[in-house]
Amino acid sequence: MTTILFFEQLLNGLQFGVMLFLMAAGLTLIFGVMGLINLAHGSLYMVGAFAAAAVAGWTGSFALALVASLAAAAMFGAIIELTIIRRLYARDHLDQVLATFALILIFSEATRWVFGSFPLFLNVPDALSGTVMLPGGIQYSLYRLTIIVIGLIVAAGLFLLISKTRVGMRIRAGENDREMIGALGVDISVLYTLVFALGAALAGLSGALVGAIQSVEVGMGEPVLILAFVVIVIGGIGSIKGALAGAILVGVTDTMGRTLLPILFGTFMEASSATAVGSALASMAIYILMAGVLLYKPTGLFGEA
Amino acid sequence: MAEAILSVSDIHKSFGALKASDGISLDLFPGEIHALIGPNGAGKSTLIKQIAGGLKPDSGRVHFCGQDVTTLNVPERARMGLARTFQISALAMSFTVLENVMLGCVGEARGVFSFFRPVMTHPGLLKRAHAALDRVALRDFADVTTSELSHGQRRQLEVAVALTLNPTAFLMDEPMAGLGAEGSKALTDLLAELKQEAPILLVEHDMDAVFALADRISVLVYGKIIATGSVDDIRSNADVRSAYLGEEDEA
Amino acid sequence: MLPERLLNAVILLTLLAVPLAALALDEPFIITLATKVTILALAGVGLNLALGQGGLVSFGHAAYFGLGGYAMGILASHAQSFTPLMEVPFLIEGTKSMPVIWITAIIVSSLAALLIGALSLRTSGVYFIMVTLAFGQMFYYFAISWPAYGGEDGLSIYVRNGFPGLNTLVPIQFFGICFVLLCVVLFFVSRLNRSAFGLALDGAHQHSERALTVGININRVRLVAFVISGGITGLAGALFADLNRFVSPTMFSWHTSGEIMIFIILGGVARICGPIAGAAAYIILEHYLGDVSEYWQVYLGFILLFVVLFAKGGIVGALTGSRGKAHG
Repeated sequence: MTTILFFEQLLNGLQFGVMLFLMAAGLTLIFGVMGLINLAHGSLYMVGAFAAAAVAGWTGSFALALVASLAAAAMFGAIIELTIIRRLYARDHLDQVLATFALILIFSEATRWVFGSFPLFLNVPDALSGTVMLPGGIQYSLYRLTIIVIGLIVAAGLFLLISKTRVGMRIRAGENDREMIGALGVDISVLYTLVFALGAALAGLSGALVGAIQSVEVGMGEPVLILAFVVIVIGGIGSIKGALAGAILVGVTDTMGRTLLPILFGTFMEASSATAVGSALASMAIYILMAGVLLYKPTGLFGEA
Repeated sequence: MAEAILSVSDIHKSFGALKASDGISLDLFPGEIHALIGPNGAGKSTLIKQIAGGLKPDSGRVHFCGQDVTTLNVPERARMGLARTFQISALAMSFTVLENVMLGCVGEARGVFSFFRPVMTHPGLLKRAHAALDRVALRDFADVTTSELSHGQRRQLEVAVALTLNPTAFLMDEPMAGLGAEGSKALTDLLAELKQEAPILLVEHDMDAVFALADRISVLVYGKIIATGSVDDIRSNADVRSAYLGEEDEA
Repeated sequence: MLPERLLNAVILLTLLAVPLAALALDEPFIITLATKVTILALAGVGLNLALGQGGLVSFGHAAYFGLGGYAMGILASHAQSFTPLMEVPFLIEGTKSMPVIWITAIIVSSLAALLIGALSLRTSGVYFIMVTLAFGQMFYYFAISWPAYGGEDGLSIYVRNGFPGLNTLVPIQFFGICFVLLCVVLFFVSRLNRSAFGLALDGAHQHSERALTVGININRVRLVAFVISGGITGLAGALFADLNRFVSPTMFSWHTSGEIMIFIILGGVARICGPIAGAAAYIILEHYLGDVSEYWQVYLGFILLFVVLFAKGGIVGALTGSRGKAHG
């Protein structure tokens, strides 16, 4: 186990965490402002990835592909918000879960119908392929590094949006007092559509960025959705800061666990069973982390009591 | 004087900079109605929650039946006979009236973990439940769904549920709220009767009811009790007049 | 409009009559479908206790369904390869006996429900949904990455397990076993709903503060309900594995949790026979829409949306003309 491998995995974990943050931030914002649990958030991630793959296929431009992922996810987000989601704000969580689960079925099957069952591929653009030399002699993928930077920029942008702008003020007011914001003459239904579309766009961007590393296929959003839930439970619901901390914690734990646990078990077990036990345990690591947080603070690290 | 059934000693509770309870001490003696009054935001509900067990004080102790109950939770204190009624009716709305009272009987009998025997035909519990409904004149409404009751009837049902607990003390949060003159009168009579069985700590805005019923009154302002005494003491207390009675219209 | 009691009888008799008619008409596939409905309904009855009566929206019941399935798979695979499950500290052998498998499935899934429930019930509302979903997914990933019992490929059992005195490979006999088990569990659950425990569970669902102030420890009540609920769903998992003679991580997938929830919402939340009606509707849809289009889940999605948005009572609610309440 070399130090270089360790830092490389740490960066991979950070990159994974940043992606999870883009998902979790939208989910937590939508929950915080509208009180809605949206399972279809993973579908919007998938929409973003497919839009990017399709546009990259037609135009060959990665930049256009990213724009398409943002636009498509935001558009589909706004459409489902206007037609279905807004009927759910006043409903209980069970209704929200079931209706958004129904949306997953519809999105997945419709995507399969349009694009077929075979995965699409989105290539890393030439300008971002290859590796860079980081201080300390670590060769690291330029594309993954770019993802980390984009994610951190988005995180900073979200903090600024929420703490410094008028829209952000409205979002914070909406979290605290729905009636008050209505009384202030802010058109709350427009605000809700905007917040939902913003969350959707973040999910779509995340899907497109990851799509260039993994394959673009139906159902790709679901594992990420569930990890984003773990992130929110750990970080505390409704908190962007919590989403960021939780996302990086989950990303790093998962990635490091998958690399380190088999090696760790290899020090006292024979190789093949060490790999088996290590990777099986690694697949549970983040859930054990979540269980630990639940024991320590059931409302999450940054959640309100 | 007899020993206090319920006593709160030097309770402190802060939320950030707000001192909701700032060194409150309070006693409830057998046979009395002790009214707790104070303007809105004085910290009455925070105090009630700490007495009932839903909120832990930052410091100070709560004693009930001679036992330190500060660390006990709501159901544990309820099982000792601390019977609480709520300002906004806390009832299972799709239960029948009888089912709501039976819920109390089940809790009191510690009979929750009975899985096979139909509860609504249990003779012992039914007898208790009917007796409680008789006390508040709701026997004829036993099979009515609770959501169909009038506001006044719901208040009566709250008291009936409290009665099933075999109470050693009542904790009543604005039982008169929203009642008309007639309903208020009926409930006042009932409370005067109940205090012989178990003393009542009464939080109430209806001053006529308080002055008619209370044996002692404590006045809570900004988390502190500024005066405790008989009805006449409180009526003539200058501090109280300026701090609270003068603002009665606003409260 | 039918009284719910009569409707329940109609639902159960229909579930019994269809495979008998199929037997007379020599249509074994219909019998297998009816068996599938019966088993999935049993899983739904389990979840309904937590979700309908208790208001605990668990999105992780696939965990118990899958554990029940793997309890069967692991015991039967050791029996079919004649290797003991473990030898130290004491010998445990595999088995092909259904009753032993059922009891094991119930115990294992109840224990998992106890652990997950104790952690999840520290939270409520939307947290509870996310936490149960996540723990359910943990089992899924574990089953995929643990190679001993087939990993991602699952585990095949060549001969259906046995029940004393019956030939379980005859479809109608296996249906009979499942149907009797469903009736026994329904009887138990309907008694439970009318017991003091059922009253407390429902009371805690409707108004938790009320239940607390009459001295009911609602966390303990909910945990016990959650454990019973998980145990029933685990039993259904063991039967489902026996029906297919196959277990795979798919049983743990969150889609399975979603499907069990769909049975309940289609049939009617907190209705005693709701899950039967819902599971039947689901299997009929899957079977006929599946013939119409490869993408039948699109239609399922729209039907589910319609029921959630406009027809909350589900099938039982529509037929009895009431939104009903949890007990009675």
